[in-house]
Amino acid sequence: MARLNVNLTRMVLTNLKRRLNTARRGHKLLKDKRDELMKKFLEIVKENRKEREKVEKMLMDVHSRFIMARALMSDTHLEEALIYPKQKVTLKASSKNVMSVQVPVFEFETEGQGDRDIFPYGFANTSGELDEAIIALSKVTPHLLRLAELEKTAQLMADEIEKTRRRVNALEYVMIPNLEETIKYIVMKLDENERGNLTRLMKVKDMILEQAHGYKKKMTEES
Amino acid sequence: MHKIAVMGDRDSILGFKALGFDVYPASEKEEAGELLNSLVEEGYALIYITEDLAALIPDEISRYRNSYFPAIIPIPGTKGSLGIGMRAVKENVEKAVGVDIFSGED
Repeated sequence: MARLNVNLTRMVLTNLKRRLNTARRGHKLLKDKRDELMKKFLEIVKENRKEREKVEKMLMDVHSRFIMARALMSDTHLEEALIYPKQKVTLKASSKNVMSVQVPVFEFETEGQGDRDIFPYGFANTSGELDEAIIALSKVTPHLLRLAELEKTAQLMADEIEKTRRRVNALEYVMIPNLEETIKYIVMKLDENERGNLTRLMKVKDMILEQAHGYKKKMTEES
Repeated sequence: MHKIAVMGDRDSILGFKALGFDVYPASEKEEAGELLNSLVEEGYALIYITEDLAALIPDEISRYRNSYFPAIIPIPGTKGSLGIGMRAVKENVEKAVGVDIFSGED
């Protein structure tokens, strides 16, 4: 691991220790966030898959009904029948906060005569198949909306999880080891300096004693 | 108040009109891309797009992927499901988890 390029001083050491502490705390928090996000994400994505399968099946059914209707009616009649809708669908979109990810919540309102009468046409020129197709389609709508909500949520959460995971890994495998190594290096260097200083002092002391008393000579004579 | 749009070929989206969704037929690549961008500018929060059309303009769609609005949701058209929607779900799982942990369940 690369050592950080810093000065070998006590002050830098204190700062680095503080940074290491923060990094460790951040790492722990981010890890918790990642785990929780993952838990939520898996729930959502499971539902997402189920809902999508359901919607796709239902929509295929609707399409085949429409094809039947189209086969039984002329194109002009069909277009004419559907051209002016009776209902108006408006969407109310709000947002929800899931682990600091903003996810959408969709609610929709249909304006019109209610569920009973959704056909925007008279029954004279249209076939029964078209009615069935429209009914089937109106049943898909709530699922379609739920699907949209789930899918967008899953998308946003997947991005957030990826981001969080990168941060966790960067802290765990780069930032924290770097800091640890730098701290270790500074401590060792400072200790080494200290030892060097000590030996120097001892040496100087010896030299001074030698000068003052001829200490060394005495020692050798005695022994 | 937001609106819902449905994009796709005429046959696939005709029925949605009866339910009060705003439908926008498109079949060509350039046309679809421009249409999508203009729909987003108009403030549609939710855009359903048929899979065969979505297959033509993946770049435009992925541009709105990370933004909170709009949600662009692929739906199967009359030609049947192309698996694009499912693949998107799969990609999400792969992105978040690293591998598609649900692949064995089909």
